[in-house]
Amino acid sequence: MNANDIVWILIKTIGVVAVFLIHVMFVQLFERKAIAHMQSRMGPMRVGWHGVLQPIADSIKLFFKEDIIPTNSDKPIFFIAPIIGVIAAVSSLAVIPLWEGFSIANLNVGILYILALSSVGAYAVILGGWASNSKYSFLGGLRSSAQVISYEIAMGLSLVGVMMMSGSTNLSDIVSAQAEGRWFVVPQIMGFAIFFIAALAETNRVPFDLPEAETELVSGFATEYSGMRWALFFMAEYAGMFVMSALAVVCFFGGWSGPGFLPPVIWFLMKVYAFIFLYFWIRATLPRYRYDQLMGLGWKIFIPVALANIVLTGLIKILLK
Amino acid sequence: MTTPQLFFAYFAVAMTALSLLIVTRKNPVHSVLCMLGLFIHIAGLYLFLNAEFLAAIQIIVYAGAILVLFLFVIMMLNLRKEETVKKYQAQWPVSAGIGIILAAFLVLILGNITVLPALGEYSIEAIKSEGSMMTVGKVLYTEFLLPFEIASIVLLVAIIGAVVLAKKRTE
Repeated sequence: MNANDIVWILIKTIGVVAVFLIHVMFVQLFERKAIAHMQSRMGPMRVGWHGVLQPIADSIKLFFKEDIIPTNSDKPIFFIAPIIGVIAAVSSLAVIPLWEGFSIANLNVGILYILALSSVGAYAVILGGWASNSKYSFLGGLRSSAQVISYEIAMGLSLVGVMMMSGSTNLSDIVSAQAEGRWFVVPQIMGFAIFFIAALAETNRVPFDLPEAETELVSGFATEYSGMRWALFFMAEYAGMFVMSALAVVCFFGGWSGPGFLPPVIWFLMKVYAFIFLYFWIRATLPRYRYDQLMGLGWKIFIPVALANIVLTGLIKILLK
Repeated sequence: MTTPQLFFAYFAVAMTALSLLIVTRKNPVHSVLCMLGLFIHIAGLYLFLNAEFLAAIQIIVYAGAILVLFLFVIMMLNLRKEETVKKYQAQWPVSAGIGIILAAFLVLILGNITVLPALGEYSIEAIKSEGSMMTVGKVLYTEFLLPFEIASIVLLVAIIGAVVLAKKRTE
C-alpha cells in the first residue's frame, strides 16, 4: 500500500461520511413531513420553502444550546457514551457497496462486521443510561441491553439464509449473487421478515422503542442529555436506521441493481429510502409493545423461526444440487 | 522498527495497559469499559494476523454478548457500597512477587524460541485464497466434527441447567 492508496481511501471515507451526514440531517425532516401528512398536518413550514431548511435551523439551535451535565453523573462515561454510538453507526458504512465495485472497504466478513458494530452501538445506550444517574435513564439502559441481546441473535440467524444462498459474507458478492433480478427476498421471505422486525428492535424504533418510551420513561436513556450530546444520540439512531435499511437492500433486494435507465447509485438510494419510509409509516401506525411481549416475541417466535429457516434453506439447497 | 513491529508494539502496550486498568478501577462499570477497549484491541491484533473471521467473532461474541451481560449484572449491584470496600486482600504483595518472578522466567525463555515456518496445508496463502471463514468452517465440520459436537452438547447442558434453576417450583 503506497501513499496514493492511502490518500484515495481518505478521500473516499470523507466523501461518503459527509454525504451520509447530510442525508441523516434531512431524513429527519422527511420523517416529520411524512408523519405530519399521515396525520393530516403540515409539519414544519416556516423555515424555507415548506420547511426545507428546518434541519439546518435545528442543528444551529442544538449546537448553541447549553450542555447540561447532571451533578452526580459519571462524567467520563457520560461524555463517551454518545460518541461510541455515533462511531459505531457511521463506521458500519465502510462495508456497504453503493454501486458496482465501490465500497470504502471490501471486507470478506462484511455482514459480520456490521453485526459486530451494531452490538457495540448498544453500549452507547446502556452506558449513557447508567451514567446519567437518573432512574428513567437507568431503566431505559437496562431495557435496551436486554432488547439488543435478544434481537441480535434473531437478526444474525435471519441473515444466515442469505449467506447460505450466496455462499459468501462479502456484501458485494451477495449483490452479485442476486444479478438479473433473482432477489433473495423471494426465497428468503421468512428470513427477510425476521430481519426487518429485528432491525426495528435493534435501532430502537417504534413499535420497539421501549428504551426511550416517552409516555412512561420521559425520554429513556437520553433524558439527561441536552444540546450537542443529545444530537449525537439522535444522529446515531438515524444513522443506524440508514445502515439497517442499506443492509436489508443489499441482502434481500439486489443492492444497486435495477433497470439501466437510472445510474446504480440512484437505484440503491431509492430502495434505501423506500425502507426508511416504511420505518416512518410503522411509527405513525403501530402502538408500542409491552416489554414482556417484546422479549417473548424475540425468544419464543423469532429465534425458532429463524432456525427453521436455516434448516429449510439447507434442505432446499441440497435437493436442488 | 519495521511497520509490522510498530503495529504489534502498539497493540501489545495498549492491551497490557488496558488489562492493568481493568483490575485497578474502583468502579466496576469503568472496568467493563476498559474491557471493551481490550476486546477491540484483541480483535485488531487478529486482523493484523490475517484472521478477519476470528476478529469479527471476537467482537460479536465477547464485546456484543458476554460483556453486555456483565454490564447488565454490574448495573444491578449496589455500586456505592462496592466502591468503599477494600479492593485487594492483605497478601497482594506476595502475589505480585510471584507474578514478577514468572514474568522474568518468561522473558528468559523467550530468547530461546525459534519460530518454525508454516507447516501442513494451512499456509497463509492457502487461507487467503479461500477466505478464513471457509477454511475454519471446513475444518470444523470435517476433521473436528466430534469435538465440535461435544462442545455443543456441553453448552446445551449448561442452558438446560440454567432453565431448570430459573424455573418456578410448583409444589
